Amino acid sequence: MTAREEILARIQGALHVRASDPANGHGKIERTYTRTTSMNEHETIELFIDRLVDYDTEVIQVASDSEIAGAVAQSMTKAQETALLAPAGFPQEWLPTSIAITLDENLSHVTLDAEKTVITTCEAAVASTGTIFLVHGGTQGRRVITLLPDHHICIVRRSQVYSVLPEALAAVTANATKPITTISGPSATSDIEMVRIRGVHGPRSLTVILVS
Amino acid sequence: MSIRVGKAAKAPAFPIAAHKALENNQLRANVRRATTTIRNKRALRVEEMPDWESLRSAGAAIKQHTLAHLDHYLEEFVRNCERAGGKVHWARDADEANSIAINLIRTYTPKDSTAPVEVIKVKTMTSDEIQMNHALEREGIVPIETDLADMIVQLGKDEPSHIVVPALHKNRTEIRDIFRASMAQPELTDQPEDLTAAARKYLRERFLRTKIAVSGANFAIADTGSVCVVESEGNGRMCLTLPEVLITLVGIEKVIPSFGDLEVFLQTLPRSATGERMNPYNSLWTGVTPGDGPQHFHVILLDNGRTKLLEDEMERETLQCIRCAACLNACPVYRETGGHAYGSIYSGPIGAILSPQLQSLEHSRSLPYASTLCGACYEVCPVKINIPEVLIHLRGRVVREDQKTLKGKLGVENIAMQAAATIFRSERRYEASQRLARIGQLAFERKGLLTNLPGMAGGWTATRDLKPIPSHSFRDWWKSRNNTTWSPKSNMSQGGAN
Amino acid sequence: MHYNTGYHGEAVPLVRRFVELFRDAETVCVPSASCVAMMREHYELIARNEDDPRLLAEVQALLPRVFEFSELLTKKLKVTDVGAHFPHSVTYHPSCHSLRMLNIREEPLTLLRAVDGLNLIELPNREQCCGFGGTFAVKNMDVSTAMLAEKKACVIETKADVVTSLDNSCLMNIWGGLHRDGSSVRTVHIAEILNSVKGLAGGNA
Repeated sequence: MTAREEILARIQGALHVRASDPANGHGKIERTYTRTTSMNEHETIELFIDRLVDYDTEVIQVASDSEIAGAVAQSMTKAQETALLAPAGFPQEWLPTSIAITLDENLSHVTLDAEKTVITTCEAAVASTGTIFLVHGGTQGRRVITLLPDHHICIVRRSQVYSVLPEALAAVTANATKPITTISGPSATSDIEMVRIRGVHGPRSLTVILVS
Repeated sequence: MSIRVGKAAKAPAFPIAAHKALENNQLRANVRRATTTIRNKRALRVEEMPDWESLRSAGAAIKQHTLAHLDHYLEEFVRNCERAGGKVHWARDADEANSIAINLIRTYTPKDSTAPVEVIKVKTMTSDEIQMNHALEREGIVPIETDLADMIVQLGKDEPSHIVVPALHKNRTEIRDIFRASMAQPELTDQPEDLTAAARKYLRERFLRTKIAVSGANFAIADTGSVCVVESEGNGRMCLTLPEVLITLVGIEKVIPSFGDLEVFLQTLPRSATGERMNPYNSLWTGVTPGDGPQHFHVILLDNGRTKLLEDEMERETLQCIRCAACLNACPVYRETGGHAYGSIYSGPIGAILSPQLQSLEHSRSLPYASTLCGACYEVCPVKINIPEVLIHLRGRVVREDQKTLKGKLGVENIAMQAAATIFRSERRYEASQRLARIGQLAFERKGLLTNLPGMAGGWTATRDLKPIPSHSFRDWWKSRNNTTWSPKSNMSQGGAN
Repeated sequence: MHYNTGYHGEAVPLVRRFVELFRDAETVCVPSASCVAMMREHYELIARNEDDPRLLAEVQALLPRVFEFSELLTKKLKVTDVGAHFPHSVTYHPSCHSLRMLNIREEPLTLLRAVDGLNLIELPNREQCCGFGGTFAVKNMDVSTAMLAEKKACVIETKADVVTSLDNSCLMNIWGGLHRDGSSVRTVHIAEILNSVKGLAGGNA
């Protein structure tokens, strides 16, 4: 017997009394927790900003797409950064003209490691946890480009912000088999005496540009 | 069969190991501080969730449902993962899983390579369970742990003492000394910021140069074939993204039916584990994505004793565990002893039920008794594992096994329990034994106290006094009491505090 | 004790005996939360494991009439002030089984607050186990003692004269430890406090 056959046989031997068919049973699981909320957009955005700030994320709000480039420049100037990495095909108009731009055309890890700042869009966000969903590819970039640089600037549209996790997860389900990363604040550890330290291996700074 | 749970085979019984742990004041202070911190943070983050109990119930229901159809969901996961370019291997036990991993690492290592083969690892308790690092090292492969706490444990040649924060038993000075010795950084301070920065620097080049990674998984999702890793530091993302080859070790109980089920676990796990609304990073991937991340992806599905727990419904509950370690932080026993006393990488309440069921060992027979059954573990469990109930169930197994042997039958505890059971069954015998005990205790009574009893009861009086059985018992009082009818605010019968 | 230590077979005659003694009782009042917890959590399971439908039926018929002492007063008799007098500072240790198995939280505190002269002081970290745990106290003496040390320190911190609880087993443990240390803090079951009236020994003790 192969290992597969043997393990499956052990399972089938142990589960001799079977309940209904799996799909039916799964459908019947009681889900009385909050799956949607009645929060309005204003409340949701307020909560989102509160959570982001709580986890050390810089938030810049802009009224329209035309202000994005200015916000990017503002964040980078503050951080004293001069060069920006963006996914290939990233909209030119969102990038500040005053800053040197590198587009990720399958750049090597070593090249990417030298980059300090990266910009992407996102797929969805969760207000109650301050979480951003990246479904990788396109303007959300390959996984590696938001990992090696130390500062990640992420453009989030107000319409992409859901109040609770189940809503956001439902919004990305269609893309469930693409690589997905959820980001909640900068990388962190509490492994030494439970002291929260910001920035271990992932980006040490996270900026959200919230676009109306 | 080589079912193994870490180094449990060589572990001493819990009371002996606990005695040693209790003598280490530094360790106890570290454990107490850490567990108190996480406990309080968890309470804060749980309180803000009005639907917490519903989430717990749904989490338990999803896990129970999955386990009841485990073969179905495993096969569904395998189909979807392989369709997306992953390759799934099945391992009956620790040795089989390790040899699959070693063969894969050999396959992907250039034949002419003379440098030692390195693999980077992202926190996986399952790999500790099967002692993968030892197996790799025996083959000349160098495993590099990349989670900060795991790194502290590995560089300090130590063992993990907690499921989520494996180095919680070490304080900053101890960690600084370990880092100074192994990173050639004699000037390193003990500031957590500096220690973390040192780890970042030490690992960054290793992340960039290493071609093979080994990870665990928090969830394997059947309907998409995806795998999910939950983490905070970004070392997980590094291991899952940078290498060319990724080997993911998954206990068979980690499968969940659907992507949508994450809406429960991604809410309960971070709050329970670290007291965060959400941990900084969750990575989800499905097979291989051209141009993004490892182009060779292998999953090892591990049994290692898990299928033995499926038959009995109470034992099966153990497999619902999502390894959040909330039960460790809540446990008043763990709080005193830390994790090493449990003699297994799975410590605390969940370890006390998981280890003895995975691997039947002499030492693990003491683990079901390493609890006061206070229920704090069950109260915080995000998938509602009734740990006290499983502990009692396992105690029953230990007693039944013991009673089959002559030594067990003649054991002091068994005789005392049998005698007590006989006495409790009869009023006459109960009263007679009270009278007898009153006489018997005279030999040990000093100034109206029992301070030095023999045998098992000596475990009590070594550190505690005991009041002797009073000359006038409740039963005597009840028989002789005035037959006054009770009503509120009326003067009640005499008696009162003594 | 038997069931929780793993002597499941030995517990069966004790369940039968309990049913036999109390089957005709209108109400059963139990001055020990952990005993009630054992009955509510395990008696049905024990009867089921014995495959004894008669015992199961009797257990099911009896259980709704079984009350822990403070439950009986507050939930069944709807009494919160029993007219007791107890002029002492008192701290309350919620026993694990009362708290987590019976879900008794406010009831005893309500009763104690109504006692004349009683000064109720909150016990720090009160929900933590005192380390008794039945045979745990002897099987794992060292850990039990360490847990008790934490509980003792919390009790001492309150400066209360008296510790009370719904379980005498916890009180026996806490008293044993405090007394060994030479502390004069007394342990008094809540029933004894509620049974204390002005002018009598208990009230003035």
